[in-house]
Amino acid sequence: MSLPIAAEIRGVSKAFRIPTNQAATLKQRVLHPLQGQDYRSLRALEDVSFDVHRGEFFGIVGRNGSGKSTLLKLIASIYKADTGTIRVAGRMAPFIELGVGFNPELSAYDNVVLNGVMMGLTPREARRRFDEVIEFAELEEFTELKLRNYSSGMRVRLAFAVMVQVDADVMLIDEVLAVGDASFQERCAETFTRLIERGKTIVLVTHSMGNVRRYCHSALLLEGGCIHTIGDPGEVAARYTEVNFAHHRQHRGVRKPGQRRGPQAEPLRLARITDAWLEKGSRERTTSVARREAIELRAQIELDEDVSDAHFALEIWRVGGGRLFAPFASPLPPPRAFRAGERVVVAATIENRLTPGRYRLNCGLARPAQEGGEIPVSPIVGVPFEVSGERIPGSLTDLSHEVRIEPHIETEVLRS
Amino acid sequence: MTPPVESGALELRPIRGPSAFGGEARRFWNLIWLTAAADYRTRYLNSWLGYAWSLLRPLLFFLVLYVVFTRVVRFGDQVENYAALLLLNIMLFQFFQDATGSAVRCVVQRENLVRKMQFPRIVVPLSVVLNALLIAVMNMIAALLLIVAIGVEPRWTWLLIPIVLAVLCLFTTGVSLALAALYPRFRDVEQIWSVAARALFYASPIFYPIEFVPESWRGIIAANPLTPILEQARIWVIDPGAPSLLDAAGSVAVLVLSFAILAGVCILGLRLFEREAPRVAEEL
Repeated sequence: MSLPIAAEIRGVSKAFRIPTNQAATLKQRVLHPLQGQDYRSLRALEDVSFDVHRGEFFGIVGRNGSGKSTLLKLIASIYKADTGTIRVAGRMAPFIELGVGFNPELSAYDNVVLNGVMMGLTPREARRRFDEVIEFAELEEFTELKLRNYSSGMRVRLAFAVMVQVDADVMLIDEVLAVGDASFQERCAETFTRLIERGKTIVLVTHSMGNVRRYCHSALLLEGGCIHTIGDPGEVAARYTEVNFAHHRQHRGVRKPGQRRGPQAEPLRLARITDAWLEKGSRERTTSVARREAIELRAQIELDEDVSDAHFALEIWRVGGGRLFAPFASPLPPPRAFRAGERVVVAATIENRLTPGRYRLNCGLARPAQEGGEIPVSPIVGVPFEVSGERIPGSLTDLSHEVRIEPHIETEVLRS
Repeated sequence: MTPPVESGALELRPIRGPSAFGGEARRFWNLIWLTAAADYRTRYLNSWLGYAWSLLRPLLFFLVLYVVFTRVVRFGDQVENYAALLLLNIMLFQFFQDATGSAVRCVVQRENLVRKMQFPRIVVPLSVVLNALLIAVMNMIAALLLIVAIGVEPRWTWLLIPIVLAVLCLFTTGVSLALAALYPRFRDVEQIWSVAARALFYASPIFYPIEFVPESWRGIIAANPLTPILEQARIWVIDPGAPSLLDAAGSVAVLVLSFAILAGVCILGLRLFEREAPRVAEEL
């Protein structure tokens, strides 16, 4: 199965030149014509390759300075790559910041047209879509107002509305979801889901692992300009936490001279899920489940340490739509202790009340925490799957129901 | 998990990074036009006289020079139609000065856009020049009406003014591109240009006619690319009997030199901008 590729990044590297002596004036140039400007080279990205598939919500995460914004700007054609090639299918629009290029002295109308053309619309298209933009932004009463009289929330809504109406095939978004109130973020989420369902591709740079787990089909963790982890969003989010955690400790912990730099202890990780898949019929792997057909999950687990009270945790996420099901972790039957090095396959059967669409099943090993709840002791692994069948728009679950007609009962009869 | 795909497969196209040009021609012109129009509308915002300032500024400057050179220095009296000549020249030079003056900082001023949007970089300086050109065209019409009022007969050669404006615009664009390309890296350019633009004002036959320039200096003044442009405007608008371009230059060599400088500046400006465009977002 190969999906069409929306963005193809191959061996991309990028270094920035940072002038070491600040003042670069012509005088210095004239006085020291032979002494070229001194530059320090800062490697931002090194040999990064990956594909983003069409219709995918792709997350890029990493610590500050890991090169994620640079990567986004390279794909957006704002920076030029030193080496490597980038190819993008269809119209691409960058949203490095909402409302870039808005002129506060002009009205919403002029700004929408100018911004729309910036993003690749023709002026006619931009004018035609103005009403939809305003409607989407809920700014019908303020179209005559100059933008500087808009509140920041109104400006953000307008910018987001333009972005949506521009209708690019590949959208490159940097941390947009972080702005705005809860209801705005909810709107963003709905909109992204709709765009994805229409086959648009979204590449999102974010610091929010919640967003990565919630929206992304796959994700990329950058660390020091290189790809650290790529693939499943749950895994990437877990690694991100690890990387951050390790880094944090590294800087706070006292190091003896000569001691190797690096994390001193792994975060609690007692087991690994080496493989996870859905099964149908007789041990056949599948990524598609028929409507109402039970979901059969298999996860192969390899124990790194002795674990006495392992539980199996699972959750189901709707792609772009949030978590639908997360039961309290189930104790593995019978309650037993695992030995380090042991390998087991856990099987789980889940009733299927999901509406046709795309989902992800996350699973992992957990242990009850002392203060209640549970703590994961293995990285979370996600299994994407699809519930096939005709879509039921506007419905989150597919509950069995029955409709019938009962004989009419006269009110007089009741009264008597 | 096959996503619903609504249309046929889109072709992968290489992303080559930012450049001076690139992209669709229509989007290119739309961007230049819309940016120039937006600049024009916000330029005199909140000022009492608004757009009228674009005409008033050169007119007031004209009045100052006219009074100085006809009442104080008493030099304009010796030139036929001095008022008309001065007005025409000031309007033309004002375009050059406005455009190049705003072009210097234009890329830095639009830093936010350049660092966060993807568009042909040359749109930024070209929209500045277009904005100045729009004002210049309107000012030119006003100037011609005033010239008629002063007493100069309209001539059919007035229809040729767009040629003069086009050549002037070409030179202005070349200089603007060079300045816009250099400024992000060498901030001294702004100071240098403010002096250089003033020097050019005195080194061009604006408030004096070319024939007043002593022979020994004629070559330098005539090598200035603005000189043949202003002289041709004078011939077509005010006085067909004014010295021809060749007479004004003194020799074919000087005339060729001035056009060579014009072409050189244009090519240099374009080259500089093309060279800087891919990396300008990083230098800011």
